[in-house]
Amino acid sequence: MTTASTAHEGPAGPEEGTGAAGETPPALMTAEGLTKYFPIKGGFPFKRTVGAVKAVDGLDLVVREGESFGLVGESGCGKSTTGRLLARLLEPTAGTITYRDQDISHAGRKELAPIRSEIQMIFQDPYSSLNPRQTVGSIVGAPLEINRVNPPGGREARVRELMDTVGLNPEHYNRFPHEFSGGQRQRIGVARALALEPRLIIADEPVSALDVSIQAQVINLLRRVQREHGIAFLFIAHDLAVVRHFSQRIAVMYLGKIVEVGDRRAIYERPRHPYTHALLSAVPEAELELAEAEDPEAGADAPKERTARRERIRLEGDVPSPSDPPSGCRFRTRCWKAQDRCATEEPPLVRIEGNAEGHMTACHFPEAGTVLLE
Amino acid sequence: MSSDTQVAAELVGRSPGQLMWRRFRRDRVGVVSGCVVLFFFAVGLLAPVISWLYGKDPQTRYGQIEPGLLNEFGYPVKPNGGIDGEFWFGLEPFMGRDVLTQLVYGIRTSLFIALAVTVLATLTAIVLGITAGYLGGKADFLISRFIDLLMAFPNQLFFVAFLPIVATLFVDPREETPTYVRVVSIIVVLWVLGWMTLGRILRGATLALREREFVEAAKVSGASPWRIIRKELLPNVVSPMLVQATYMLPNFVTTAAALSFLGVGLVEPTPDWGRMFAIGAEVYRADLTYMFFPGVAMVVFVVAFNLLGDSVRDAFDPKTNR
Ligand SMILES: Nc1ncnc2c1ncn2[C@@H]1O[C@H](COP(=O)(O)OP(=O)(O)O)[C@@H](O)[C@H]1O
Ligand code: SF4
Ligand SMILES: [Mg+2]
Repeated sequence: MTTASTAHEGPAGPEEGTGAAGETPPALMTAEGLTKYFPIKGGFPFKRTVGAVKAVDGLDLVVREGESFGLVGESGCGKSTTGRLLARLLEPTAGTITYRDQDISHAGRKELAPIRSEIQMIFQDPYSSLNPRQTVGSIVGAPLEINRVNPPGGREARVRELMDTVGLNPEHYNRFPHEFSGGQRQRIGVARALALEPRLIIADEPVSALDVSIQAQVINLLRRVQREHGIAFLFIAHDLAVVRHFSQRIAVMYLGKIVEVGDRRAIYERPRHPYTHALLSAVPEAELELAEAEDPEAGADAPKERTARRERIRLEGDVPSPSDPPSGCRFRTRCWKAQDRCATEEPPLVRIEGNAEGHMTACHFPEAGTVLLE
Repeated sequence: MSSDTQVAAELVGRSPGQLMWRRFRRDRVGVVSGCVVLFFFAVGLLAPVISWLYGKDPQTRYGQIEPGLLNEFGYPVKPNGGIDGEFWFGLEPFMGRDVLTQLVYGIRTSLFIALAVTVLATLTAIVLGITAGYLGGKADFLISRFIDLLMAFPNQLFFVAFLPIVATLFVDPREETPTYVRVVSIIVVLWVLGWMTLGRILRGATLALREREFVEAAKVSGASPWRIIRKELLPNVVSPMLVQATYMLPNFVTTAAALSFLGVGLVEPTPDWGRMFAIGAEVYRADLTYMFFPGVAMVVFVVAFNLLGDSVRDAFDPKTNR
């Protein structure tokens, strides 16, 4: 890929996020046409497949080395399924997943073994993600044990070190998960994900189950880990507030498809897709400011993008069923700009007129790129 | 120094098993019924010692050897079934054997059979239930239909009909069936029809656990299915397993007793709890006392075991406290 995506229009500062020098890091994980249909069984007396939940339906994305990539969308739009597909916990129905030039779309457990240690996951539910019958020591040490990693000084020492890294008392090595709070449990999950020094961590809504007061602490921990260890993150969230100060590039997902993707500034300052606008308007002003206050670095490297009098968009109705998505553009049933063409022709995810380099939008009648700038 | 050890204890933390044990210890009914159950097991285990201390054995026909114990109709001369300082629980009519040692050895036989069946049924339930739950798909379908099929069997009828057949698998029907063959066939028949309830419970529990994120975390790290079953699933099904096993065991005791009562279980001369009821039913008009001790022992045993099962369940799951 060629360099220089300084084609930023508007009041842009120096290029931030991916490759500060304009150099795009190589792709770490690539998904092309990724599809997952869950069969719906029904019928009497013999169960047969009567339909499919199209949880992920032809999704393309690239996570580059060391970058933090955000994946945002309402609940039920297929984010977790995407994360599980990329972690190869699920078998894709179609499409390819490439990890560092290796096609792992249908690789079995044995084939995946060498790269298992490079891709780790952090889960949403701190209660379900830790085995209640194991001590913290064995939970965090399990990845080492499974992969027969023998760090110098022994596994226990390494686990204690990891506990220290994530802000847990290493002396709690022999404690059980039920003795920890939600936030501490999530730290245990982070320590487990770090144990093998992965290159990519898929974090599926890692803070959405936590108290708001705890969320910022865990987010800051993840940011620190991401920067210090240079780990690439696929950070899944259901709103744009959390990824706002975590991800350099963000993809917005709706009903199994990516509708808009771009770097942070493009998404927050110059969103083009109506759905992105709707998601942005749902982010409370206070939360954006709070986030910045807690995160001085973000305040420094992001221009003041307080979108003071942002328009309020209330999305009508519910997300349509993924088993029978609308024809053409899937967002059209809730889109205020929808026209006849939207029902017949599916908008491709492309760099539309007026978009910066790397900013792609799937919409026939996109919003003007400057709406959110006063 | 004591504060040091206290700090150390705090840092070690309490496992869910330890917490369960603490809750159980606070449950008075549970502790008492647990002691009763232990008492029965001790009696079974120590039957020879009891017999030796007491100076009688279950085979000697005291009533026939010593004159003056049984009358001309074969019933004990003394009132209350012949209870006295020598024969504490009385004498068996006709045969004239000692009831106490008969009962003690009968409990020993019954508990041995029930324990063996419980262990086998639990192992079968673990293997088939967890396989069905974890693998899902075809394996689950086959195992679940197999469970349905076995559950549809009319148990008692099956036992009565098949016990003799099972025995002939081991020996020629024209020969005398050795005791161990009878014991083995009772165990096999009870086992084959005894594991399904627990199997279903474990299948359901595994199905739910399989979706838990800690199993996915193990998979993401590359854990083998065997490791996931051993380290992630099994420790989490210990509670339903223990609870169900405590309900299962007294059930097997009473079923085995029923088989002996119906005449397809153990035969003379093996002392057997259930057969004492058969004898008691024959003689109850003339000698009601004979039935008393085996009957009371059986009721106490079954009630204590079921109360223990309830307490174990409550201790494992404090939310379901009555
Ligand atoms: N294992 C599964 N079987 C059937 N349907 C599923 C399964 N997992 C997810 N789905 C369905 O796929 C859709 C997307 O789910 P999910 O990926 O969890 O969304 P999100 O994480 O964005 O909330 C939902 O409609 C959900 O019901
Ligand atoms: S393609 Fe049409 S319906 Fe879809 S988002 Fe754009 S304007 Fe709305
Ligand atoms: Mg989700």
